[in-house]
Parts: sequence; structure tokens; C-alpha cells
Amino acid sequence: MAIRDVLIRSGRVIDPAANRDEIADLLIRAGKIEAVGDSLGTPNGAEIIDAAGQVVAPGLVDPHCHLRQPGFEYKETIGSGSLAAAAGGYTTICSMANTEPVADARAVIETILEVAERDAVIRVLPLASVTVGMQGRQLVQMGELSDAGAIGFSDDGIPLSSTHTMRTALEYATRFGHPVANHAEDAELIAGAAMHEGLTSARLGLPAAPRQAEEIMIGRDVLLSELTGGSYYALHLSSGGSVELIRRAKERGAPVRAEVTPHHLTLTDAIVGGRNEPDAAHLQPYDADTKVNPPLREQSDLDLLREGLASGVIDCVGSDHAPHARHEKEVEYAQAASGFSCFETAFATMLSLVHDGVLDLPTLIERMTTAPCRVYGLPYGSLSNGVEADIVIFDPDLEWTVDREQFLSKGKNTPYHGLPMKGCVTRTIFGGVTVFDLAAAAAPISGSVGD
Amino acid sequence: MPLTRRNLLDLDDFQRDEISLILDTSVSMTEILSRQIPRVPTLRGTTIANLFYEASTRTRVSFELAARALGADVVNVTASGSSVEKGESLVDTLRTVQALGVDVVVMRHHDAGAPYLAASILDCPVINAGDGWHAHPSQALLDLYTVRSHLGDLAGLKLVIVGDIMHSRVARSNIWGFARMGARITLCGPPQLVPRELTQLPGTDGVIQMEPDFDLAVEDADVVMVLRIQQERMDGVHLPDLREYATLYALTEDRLARARPGALVMHPGPMNQGVEISAAIAYGPNSVVEEQVTNGVAIRMASVYLLVGGGEEAGANGD
Repeated sequence: MAIRDVLIRSGRVIDPAANRDEIADLLIRAGKIEAVGDSLGTPNGAEIIDAAGQVVAPGLVDPHCHLRQPGFEYKETIGSGSLAAAAGGYTTICSMANTEPVADARAVIETILEVAERDAVIRVLPLASVTVGMQGRQLVQMGELSDAGAIGFSDDGIPLSSTHTMRTALEYATRFGHPVANHAEDAELIAGAAMHEGLTSARLGLPAAPRQAEEIMIGRDVLLSELTGGSYYALHLSSGGSVELIRRAKERGAPVRAEVTPHHLTLTDAIVGGRNEPDAAHLQPYDADTKVNPPLREQSDLDLLREGLASGVIDCVGSDHAPHARHEKEVEYAQAASGFSCFETAFATMLSLVHDGVLDLPTLIERMTTAPCRVYGLPYGSLSNGVEADIVIFDPDLEWTVDREQFLSKGKNTPYHGLPMKGCVTRTIFGGVTVFDLAAAAAPISGSVGD
Repeated sequence: MPLTRRNLLDLDDFQRDEISLILDTSVSMTEILSRQIPRVPTLRGTTIANLFYEASTRTRVSFELAARALGADVVNVTASGSSVEKGESLVDTLRTVQALGVDVVVMRHHDAGAPYLAASILDCPVINAGDGWHAHPSQALLDLYTVRSHLGDLAGLKLVIVGDIMHSRVARSNIWGFARMGARITLCGPPQLVPRELTQLPGTDGVIQMEPDFDLAVEDADVVMVLRIQQERMDGVHLPDLREYATLYALTEDRLARARPGALVMHPGPMNQGVEISAAIAYGPNSVVEEQVTNGVAIRMASVYLLVGGGEEAGANGD
């Protein structure tokens, strides 16, 4: 079936790759971007989207998520995760390797890509692990995995503790042009920890780890990047002190990039002790929906991370979408799974920082499109003529309330449940095809694209 | 005055008059316990479940005696010998216990916060009988009660808590309880076992100090509360060994002499005599360790009674 042409009219078109921020029309023909400009004509039979008052931007790119398939389909599948991501404005998502089996072999990468082709409504690009079985010792066959389609290497979820293995991984990965991404935490300092070490943990009597657990590992990794010239990607910075370490490494010319999540920019460890809000936004002390790795930290960290993202020391925003089943969260805090569903709250959470003046909208779009593409060397995230029409349209002022029961993700856990948001995706277009339409959200689009 | 809350999870949000209410009610309970037949029918028909995921002697028996003294029925569920051994989740166990028809759940658990999860699942009152390193509110209440019965008004008293504060739920609950009643608190122990942040707890207004030198900390103390040092901390990482710990932190007669005359010596038990406390002091004239245990029954009677909706005159009405 031919893809219908689309004319998006009168939106505020923001395309960081072209330094564009203007009211314009955008024309999609045969699934590709045909033109951006004033008063474009309407081809016969084209769908017309009135985007007046809305923003038209490249589809968001998530450099960091967990899709749980293969192995943990009860938490999420590539299909359900892709629907949730599309609802969040994403058109390209990069999945981490901690599946079962681990994505450490060609067959697993190929399976993920095949399932994605069949079930996903957007583009899914897998990372492979750095070490076999994410055991932290033996390097994976990076050549074979690159050839199969892996875009990078990470044992995310488990810190790569062996300094020697990290060094050789960074060196070897240069041969394939891929980054090595680390879950940077000192394994001994975080052993048994359930949250950030500070006033809240002291009060709650929960085992905790200090922010230095992250900084120590970031410090080691950026030194190894400088030593080897290997491209290093620091996942989900949570400590304000890590920003300074990244900044210095970049100044010294190390090929280092860094990521931060929406939750580490907006939530503090205080909510582990409960949140006194009315109704659904209320959180009991020890609610495991607040448990995430690395843990939520303090306001001083948030301030430095925000500054780092605005200045560009931190390159991009990763959702770290990490869905779990309810029974894995409705347990004793120390025993609860870490992480929560993020696809459907990430962008709105980031827009709150725009509303608060932390960074401007074009900068935010850059941090969520071209910047993550640079991390993995991906040819996406722009509105250039002739590229695949991956587009998000959003109303930056539309107010809504997070309701986890409405999530398309199988994971219904989020610390944002019941909180008001300002800014909402109204349409996500992938390869010229609408894969999320807020107006039709009650009946979400399912099945694959293009058939 | 009734207690207008459903659960006893921690003392962190208790007001002074609420604590006083429980202590005052405990006086009536002590009177009941002193009778020839120490038993009233006040809670007849009420079933209390003791849900213990962790070993306990004094707390579990104390809650059981308290329930029986009020005429309630008691069922004991322990982790071993129950479906917990088959891997049943806490939430499922709680739902099962509720479906069986209990009226109060008393819970001991090795993970901080587990009673909060229980309270969010259950419709009945939940009493925290110790959760991880977090809280042990009935212990703190019986400690307050014991000190008050000896020294009267708690305001202005100097309490020294010595030992492994970090891993101590007894310490945390006592900090809240004594601070709320106006006492001054000095935390003493090896610095790696005393979280600095505890001096900044909200609403404690500078009444909590840290002093790692026990000889200095104990000066002019009205109450010295000695914590049990757990063998698993003697791993060479937390602490070098028992001998050095005893040298620096055991309550000895020399150290006790630096406290106020008549200072009370407390210990939540079980004691390691010769490690954190010398044998002579453990049962010496200043020690109220056994009274603590005895008073625990009255405090738990008062707690259960008030949570299920009783007023202040429990003892009197019970006749």
C-alpha cells in the first residue's frame, strides 16, 4: 500500500540539525520529507494536519531504554514498548542488552531486529552487551555483533567493574566505530544499596550509596577514554559532581558523551520518604515506584545536572524506560526491582524544564534528537529534505495528568502518577505514517507499519 | 482522648501529646498487670496476628502477653514454618492473614518499610514491631516510659545512645521519641556507624549531637542507652574486632562515673556482656534493663488498645 502524502500546516518547525525555528509548512511525500517552507501546495489526496499553535520537530530519539524482549515479555515486549515510545513522541529507540538471553550473540541481535520489524511501530536499534552474559569478563564478538546490527555496547544494569576489561572494550570498539556505554557505579559502594545516601536514607534506615559511587566510576571511565581514544558514553548521570568530571574530560579532548534522564533532573530522594500530595499523586513512604538505579538524589544534584544539560556538557536525554510487572514493585523496598516506565512521561517531564526556563525549546529538541544520534552515529533526528519522515507534533501548553493505567507500556509503575504535566505529544509520524494520534488515543494504533 | 491514627509505624510524626497519651495509658496497664489476675476482657473477640519475619524473643512474647492481658486472641505467624518458606510474597501473606479475619497485625520484618507496605494493603491497624534498620516504635515508647517513671519530666534530659547507630531501629525510634519530648540526644559510636545526617532530622532543632569519643559523650548524661553490637559488623570492614570496640565503646564503671549520679543504664537486649556493656553494669544499680522488658508489656497493651479505638480509661473500664 502506498503511503499517503501528508502536509503539516502552520506549525512551529524546530529542526536543530538545520538551525531552523520558524512557523512553516512541512510536506511529506512517499514517507520522506519533501519540503519545509511557507504556504506549500497540497498534493492530491494528501492528509492535511493543522499544526497551528503546535511544534513540529524531528521524531525523538531515545538513546537508552529497556524493551525486555526476549526473556521478560511479561514486563514489556518490543511491540508494546514501541507503542508506548510512539505515544511519547519517539521514532527511534535504542534498547539495552540485558534481555534473557543477553544480547551478546548475533542470534539475539537478529531476533530483536526481526521482532522489531514485525511488531514495532517505530525504529528499534539494539545495543549489544560489552561482555559475554554481562558477566564483566570476556569481551563479546564486537565485529560479529556490529555486523548483525548492534549500534553500541553496554552492560547497562550492571556496572562494568573490571578496569582492564573496560580499557580493552574501549580500544576494541574503536575498530567498529561504536561507543561503549557504562552503568557507572562502584559495585562495592552500591552493594545492597536501595537508595541515595543522605538525610532521607538516614531517616528511613534504608541501605544507601553515596553519589561518589557514581563519580568514582565516571572518573575512571573518562580517564580510560582519554587513554584509549575509545568513544565513551556515560549513561544516566545522577550526581551533580559527575558533570564536572565529564566537562574536564571533554576539555582534555577525550571522546566522551553523557546522558541524563528526566527523572534525575526532576525528582529527589525525598520522595522515597513519601509525597504529601492529594489523591493519586500521594506516595506512601517506601513506595517502590521511587526506586531506580542510579537512585534519585538531591536538589543540589538536580541543579548541576540541569546546568550541565543546558550548557551541553551533558549531551542528551535518555529515558531509561525500565518497565516492570506490578508484583515486582509491590514488595519490600530493598527487594523491589529498580526502574519504571518512562516513555510516556519523559518528554512532558522535559518540557517542564523548558517552562521553568532551564533550557529553551530548540535546545531541548536538540538534546533529544541530533545529540543522541551523534552518540551512536545514527543518520536520523533531522527534518532535512529527502530523509525518512520521522516527526513529532506536540502542543507545548496542553495540560494533562499522568495516569499509569492509561500507559501503553505494560509497565504501570511511575513516580509521576497523578502529577500534572504541561505539554503533550499530539501526533507521532514514522516514515510518513502516523503511529500515534492523541485524538485517537482511546483506540491506539497497533500492528506493524507499512503492511 | 483517643489516638487518632490507625497505625503505629514510627514515632517520626507523633506529637508530644500523643506520646504522652500512650505513656499515661500504660500507667493504667501497669496497674492491671500488678493485679492478682492480670487480665481484663476489654479486647475480647479481637484477634491479633503477630507476623514475625525475623527472630525475636522479648518483643514477640511481650506483644503476646499484652494481647492476652487485654483478653484478645493471638495468632503467631513466623517466616519459618509458614508459606513464606514456600516463597509467598509479603503482600500475598498479608492478604491471606486479612482474609482469615484478624483485627490487628503486629509485624517484625528484616526490611525497612515493610510495615508501610502492610499498612497500605490492610484495612486493620498495623503495629511495627521492628523493620530493618528503620524503626521500633514500641521499644522507644517503653524506653520513654521507663525513663519517665524514674526521672519524671523528659524535657531537658541528656540521653546518650552509644553503638552501631546506623543499623539500629531502636536508636532511630528513640531519637524521634526523646527529641519530641524535649530531651537532648548525643549519638556516639565509631564514625562509620553513625550517619552524620541524623543530626539534621527535620523538626529536631539542634537537639541531636554527635560525639565519637564515648568518654566525652557520656559526661553529665542522665540516660545511657547502649546498643547491641552485632557480630556481623565484626567483618573487618565495619569494625576491626570486638576487642577494639570494647576498648573504645563499652560502657564500663569508669565511663559511667562520668555521667550524672543515678544515671539510668538501658539496653534493648539481647546484651553482649563484656563487649558493649560490662557485666557489673548490665545488672548493676543503675541498670533498668529488666524494667524495660517488664514495661514493654504495658506499653504494648496501651498501643494495641488505643489503636483499636479505646480511650484513656481502659484499665478502669476493664473491671
